[in-house]
Amino acid sequence: MSFPGWLQIALVLIATLALVKPLGLYMAKVFTGERNLLSPVLGPVERGFYALAGVRTDKEQTWLGYAMGVLLFSLTGFVVLYAMLRLQHLLPLNPQGFAGLSPDLAFNTAASFVTNTNWQSYGGETTMSHLSQMLGLTVQNFVSAATGIAVAMALTRAFVRSGVHELGNFWVDLTRATLYVLLPLAIIVALAFVAMGLPQSLDASFVATTLEGAQQTIATGPVATQEAIKQLGTNGGGFFNVNAAHPFENPTAFSNYLNIIAMLSVSAALVYAFGQMVGSRRQGWALISVSFIMLVVGTGAIYWAESYGNPLLTAVGVDPAMGNMEGKEVRFGQAMSALYAAVTTGLSNGGVNAMHGSLTPLGGLVPMSLIQLGEVLPGGVGSGLYGLLVFAILAVFVAGLMVGRTPEFLGKKVEAREMKFAMLAVLILPLVILGFTAVSAVAEFGTSSILTPGPHGLSEILYAYTSAAGNNGSAFGGLTANTPWYNTTLGIAMLLGRFAYLVPVLAIAGSLVAKPRAAASTGTFPTDRPLFVGLLIGIIIILGGLQFFPALALGPIVEHFVMLAGQSF
Amino acid sequence: MSTQAKISILSPAILLPALRDAVLKLDPRQLIRNPVIFVTEVVALLVTVLFVQDLGGGLDAAFSGQIALWLWFTVLFATFAEAVAEGRGKAQAESLKRGKSDLVAKKLLFPDQKDNRACEVIPATSLKIDDVVLVEVNDLMPGDGEVVEGVASVNESAITGESAPVIREAGGDRSAVTGGTQVISDWLKVRITTKPGETFVDRMIALIEGAKRQKTPNEIALSILLSGLTLVFLVAVVTLYGLAAYSGTDLSAVVLAALLVTLIPTTIGGLLSAIGIAGMDRLIRFNVIATSGRAVEAAGDVDTLLLDKTGTITFGNRMASEFLPVAGVNEKDLAEAVLFASLADETAEGRSIVALAKSDFGLVEPIILDNGTTFIPFSAQTRISGIDVEGRRIRKGAVDAVLKFVGLDKSTAGAEFNKAVDSIARSGGTPLAVAEADRLLGVVHLKDVVKPGIKERFAALRAMGIRTVMVTGDNPVTAAAIASEAGVDDFLAEATPEQKLEYIRKEQVGGRLIAMCGDGTNDAPALAQADVGVAMQSGTQAAREAGNMVDLDSSPTKLIEIVEIGKQILMTRGALTTFSIANDVAKYFAIIPALFLVTYPELGALNIMGLTSPQTAILSAVIFNALIIVALIPLALRGVKYRPVGAAALLSRNLLIYGLGGLIAPFIGIKLVDMAVTALGII
Repeated sequence: MSFPGWLQIALVLIATLALVKPLGLYMAKVFTGERNLLSPVLGPVERGFYALAGVRTDKEQTWLGYAMGVLLFSLTGFVVLYAMLRLQHLLPLNPQGFAGLSPDLAFNTAASFVTNTNWQSYGGETTMSHLSQMLGLTVQNFVSAATGIAVAMALTRAFVRSGVHELGNFWVDLTRATLYVLLPLAIIVALAFVAMGLPQSLDASFVATTLEGAQQTIATGPVATQEAIKQLGTNGGGFFNVNAAHPFENPTAFSNYLNIIAMLSVSAALVYAFGQMVGSRRQGWALISVSFIMLVVGTGAIYWAESYGNPLLTAVGVDPAMGNMEGKEVRFGQAMSALYAAVTTGLSNGGVNAMHGSLTPLGGLVPMSLIQLGEVLPGGVGSGLYGLLVFAILAVFVAGLMVGRTPEFLGKKVEAREMKFAMLAVLILPLVILGFTAVSAVAEFGTSSILTPGPHGLSEILYAYTSAAGNNGSAFGGLTANTPWYNTTLGIAMLLGRFAYLVPVLAIAGSLVAKPRAAASTGTFPTDRPLFVGLLIGIIIILGGLQFFPALALGPIVEHFVMLAGQSF
Repeated sequence: MSTQAKISILSPAILLPALRDAVLKLDPRQLIRNPVIFVTEVVALLVTVLFVQDLGGGLDAAFSGQIALWLWFTVLFATFAEAVAEGRGKAQAESLKRGKSDLVAKKLLFPDQKDNRACEVIPATSLKIDDVVLVEVNDLMPGDGEVVEGVASVNESAITGESAPVIREAGGDRSAVTGGTQVISDWLKVRITTKPGETFVDRMIALIEGAKRQKTPNEIALSILLSGLTLVFLVAVVTLYGLAAYSGTDLSAVVLAALLVTLIPTTIGGLLSAIGIAGMDRLIRFNVIATSGRAVEAAGDVDTLLLDKTGTITFGNRMASEFLPVAGVNEKDLAEAVLFASLADETAEGRSIVALAKSDFGLVEPIILDNGTTFIPFSAQTRISGIDVEGRRIRKGAVDAVLKFVGLDKSTAGAEFNKAVDSIARSGGTPLAVAEADRLLGVVHLKDVVKPGIKERFAALRAMGIRTVMVTGDNPVTAAAIASEAGVDDFLAEATPEQKLEYIRKEQVGGRLIAMCGDGTNDAPALAQADVGVAMQSGTQAAREAGNMVDLDSSPTKLIEIVEIGKQILMTRGALTTFSIANDVAKYFAIIPALFLVTYPELGALNIMGLTSPQTAILSAVIFNALIIVALIPLALRGVKYRPVGAAALLSRNLLIYGLGGLIAPFIGIKLVDMAVTALGII
């Protein structure tokens, strides 16, 4: 670890935090329907959409109506994307003439993009036509992110309103999230990326003559735009197979900073918008603190583990001063690779600028754990906020009793109904991750995909299902996931991780919105102080992480001790 | 305080039946109400079967046998905790039942004929609502009812534990009688208002016994959390079998069972119902009967407390606090004059004047000879009273009435007199003018005296985050003065029953939980509307029916204790839940390295407690998990202490003790058990 390394980490995080407030206030205005900066330009467009689709903005939905809207919209998106991928050879804008995808790969990919996971069982530049990339995947990059934001806003309104049943109108929230938030930001970031040298072209590839005089085919395409929404929507699906490690996706240190800032700022700003909307900015900052403290600790742990390096390599004469550089780009170095790895996993982004499978065992343990904690640091756009709020409700319930009042969060009583749905939501991650991992670890169709046997192989499987269920999308590498078993089960894991979580969240919102908002007194459990921040971190680790300890012990943890004992995988 | 408070939970009278009940409670049909412990029982049964198999195979039977044994202990300790919590109540219910049996009623045959006392003797159980019964000296009240005729002193110690008899009479606020109490003088005619089997005593018995105990809303929510956690750990443990198989370890069902039971929240699961029962029991020992656990829980959440002024905040009678003479009159002369005027005045006001004159001016009560002395009694028309003695004509009374008596009016009464009258009125007191013959002597300041110590009680409530609101029929000026003297946060002056109800509704719409104390029939609507309505045992039947708690001591500030008990129940639940969940960290460190020591000896690095062997490690974790339930039974029954220091301070304190403590304690505990297990060499 070095001072410049930490300085870079600090600068990127501070730059992000500086964006949180203005962006958060802007989003709060957008979702409360107030006039904002872009209303004069986008207002007519927005109303045009509603008129076209027959959406009545004054007609709001109950939680069930809202959930049905989300599910219907996602199902439609899924079916359209699936058809497009299967039939891409018949559709235009396919200069390389790629074939249609196999049923299981198309299922996996459609599930992946509809759930905002962007797990890629395929190599982008060798599988996808431009049409599939732009009209299929990129569209879902926008709307799956917007869906997450919409659900988070519905839950936010459950705390703002009382004594009613309506949570808002899903179609309106979806439109506003896309039109006012994601689209303008994507345009700005895409232009910045172009300025930094990312290609933006409809050509398939060009041929270059190398210094040795050889002919090399270099893939290209609409990279900058794809990259912009990949980060802003915490999608993470890269244009190229190696994602943000590719020099066209992430050419310089500066583009790397922008990548991290772009993916982190929208999620964090949404948390701020939550605080603003419920009338307590301090509450927003408290939740943001939880995320950032855990991100810094996670980054530090990866950075430390990677700097420490691999004692086995040191023993055969590799300079230990370099630490572990396997799978990392020298233009980013360890600090920025560590920060990227922590942010992309804490955030449900899933893009990578270094290979997680090549991290040291403990360095690899951290990203995996950050996903298993529930993608709440601060999580995917929208999904992170509602995940964080579910944990906040649990924290208030467990420890809030200790102030001698029945638990309440922001004045809303947390009772049996909320607990039931919160536990349903919390149960889904361990059930899906550990369930599928256990089956894959003992069955031939599961183990045959493993690249490295031993504990590292178990980590490969565990990471794959963790990434899928957590809607992250990053991979540990090694595992051959493009098989019918993995494509199908990972697809199911993604769908469950998204929708089996989201529906209970909306049910909680439906229950809370009808409750009166209790007035605060000196006897009320304060949820905007450092004490609550510490408590929430503890609850996230214990309720979100503890159940994965045995699995982690058999994967990265044992690998670490075995490495210390002189054996590597 | 009633006698039942003295039964200690550690007495054999409680412990021995509790041991028997603990075994009876193992019945799975009963245990399924508690999912965590039910799962533990199923697992214990499974391991027992495996133990029997091992016996045949001779393989590791000592290990599986001991694991099975301690799993059964885990279940037994949990049922024992519940049985002990119920024990004290059961003993109390028995004595109530004894008093209730063999009650007979003298049912009046002609209740409409006032002087006809012909009656038939029937068992109390065959009484019907609206029957009228005669209760004479030494008779026990056959049921709950309302006095329709007569006055009697009644011994209510069977219910309240208070041995001093109380007066019960027809009409007014003292007309309600309770079944099982005894008339010790005179007689009463009582109209029965409650069906046999649903009387106050019946409800009390049911409540104490816990037979009809419903889970409270928060208890249900907590059970859901615990069941959810149990499921999560079930998933983690079952899938571990597959992960272990991949790693080349064949985990036995016994060790997986041990891991499951140590991870699921057995500590709080085992003690949850005991906490609730003990809380209700604590309430009963404070002589408060709650009709539902829901109300007790709500008491912990109360934001605003409505208190009647009269009898609660003040003594209820105006008392003389000072004598203010007019110019030319000595203060002592005024005191002497008014002392004379009050000699025959048996009202509380009159007596307070006598008392003040004697204590502050050293006067002695003069002996009045009957000749030529006339007492002028107070009447509503004249609003004046006094005495004619030894040629002196002394009068005291309402200011305008006395001025009329001396032939003056406000303008001629003198500036000093008017100033005194005004300042008394402004401070919320009542001025009482005093005159002798045609001469105005001065004014007596009658004041509503605030009970000593009440201000501190309100300060304690404020520290709990509870606002106090005084409700009074006084005018706003008087109300404001008393409010500031008593230190309440707000007051409601010239309150009618409708206004009280309106005030409560308004506060509730603002998201506040309201508690209200009351005893009169006109309090009944407000008591019913309030989230926590505490009726006085001495109050009317209507009030007692409307509230969801009855205070047997009829002490309005009892609400402070009720709130504390409500908070204690919630805090104890929260503390033990936090403790239970925090415990899991250490259990992982004990069991995980033990499970995989053969395949991955390197995982021994996680054995930071340095436990002797895999088998002792697993057994120690299971033993610790069982023993911690027993160790925490006293805390569950006693409750975590509530301190009115504000939520933030309370939370950090409890998080430190039960959160951090819960993290560290099992590391030490498991190590100690492991040392003992190793020393005994039982594996």
